[in-house]
Amino acid sequence: MKPAPFDYYRPATISEAVGLLAELREDAAILAGGMTLGPMLNLRMVRPRAVIDISRIAALKGISATSNIVVTGAGVVQSDALDSAVVRHDIPLLSMALPWVGHFQTRNRGTLGGSVGHADPSAEIPLCLVVCGGSVVLQSKRRQRRVDAGKFFLGSLTTARRPDEMIIALEWPCPPADAGHAFEEIAQRHGDFAIAAAACQLRIDRSDRVTALSLGLGGVESRPIAVDVRGFIGRPRQGLASALAEHVAGSVAPMEDHSASADFRAALAKTLVERVVETATVDAMARRERMQ
Amino acid sequence: MTALHLAAGQNHPVSLTLNGRPRSAHAEPRMLLCDFLRHELQAYGVHVGCEHGVCGACTVLVDGRAVRSCTQYAVQADGTDIVSVEGLAEPGTLNELQRAFMDHHALQCGFCTPGILCSATHFLRRNPSPDEAQVRDMLSGHICRCTGYAAIVSAILDAASNLRKKGP
Repeated sequence: MKPAPFDYYRPATISEAVGLLAELREDAAILAGGMTLGPMLNLRMVRPRAVIDISRIAALKGISATSNIVVTGAGVVQSDALDSAVVRHDIPLLSMALPWVGHFQTRNRGTLGGSVGHADPSAEIPLCLVVCGGSVVLQSKRRQRRVDAGKFFLGSLTTARRPDEMIIALEWPCPPADAGHAFEEIAQRHGDFAIAAAACQLRIDRSDRVTALSLGLGGVESRPIAVDVRGFIGRPRQGLASALAEHVAGSVAPMEDHSASADFRAALAKTLVERVVETATVDAMARRERMQ
Repeated sequence: MTALHLAAGQNHPVSLTLNGRPRSAHAEPRMLLCDFLRHELQAYGVHVGCEHGVCGACTVLVDGRAVRSCTQYAVQADGTDIVSVEGLAEPGTLNELQRAFMDHHALQCGFCTPGILCSATHFLRRNPSPDEAQVRDMLSGHICRCTGYAAIVSAILDAASNLRKKGP
């Protein structure tokens, strides 16, 4: 299908873009790579009066790192993030998840910020941002604010972004050098929407105990969720994966849709959690070895 | 400075480079790039399938990258450099990749082929020595209902090997 008519705006700077948003608010849709908005426009699932194309704003395309944080501009194209040495070194979880985001051809145009702004429950980049404890930087004409990823995703395709705000960057805290990471997902075929995905970041100390743990699930509930792991810190690594898998199976409230029942999603969540915790543990042990 | 504004329902000039030649025509903001390439610039090798980024038939090279032309709009492509299947080889000739598709019977109806050729062109530039799993991963962004993909995979692997022998 073809989209309904819309006014097209192409700001050259962030200030032009937020100026337009202040004026147009709910009537405008922000277009970056168009890998999610494009289909929704073409299928007429959305009919904005105006489309604001931010894909040529150079200030949104940078990746910069300080000693403890990486800032990725909202307009960074997914394939560029996948090629980035900074991402590979300082955000290993994102680097592991990006090959699961769509296909070669969609990653060549889709952006990090676009995926976060769209907030599909099964999307990999939002899940990574939650598990990494990252945040979303929002800019309006009047002010800038940061929202923790855990508070940004409110539900399916629903976020804390206000109509006059745009995402300008994502902030990713760098994990310690000995942290282990893992990402896994199950889809009908590679590149399709995940039926369930799991991501894990953890640290193991010299006495083989877990000293830090972050675990998240995508595609299972209406938004990416961080699993409550408070009771698991300080436990020995042996038996951790299966204990967390049981914990998750008993605590998630999975969605039901055409691709999977709630029971199937719960079973996948359990299996994926066991896999990511095991893999992240092996990764953490290997990193610790290398550091000694 | 104020942002560029193109009003809905009106035609606006769009200029780009298509297969090495500067081209200009008009488009409404909502006109898909694939429709612009076909209907305004007569690049009928750009095939339009699903119109929502799933099937891969409309894939072209925009500024060297294999991307869908159905999930972007013509007005966005102003000033870009686009290569469609028509621009992969001199008219009347086949390049290594196209020859390998013929040799391996890697197409039957041919609807998906232009998109796959464009994708494989970008893919082989990035990765001149792919293994089968990498080729299949790249192909996951295309739907072919005729071949079962096996012949496409062997054609791309064969083309890669021939291109390596020929050198840059």
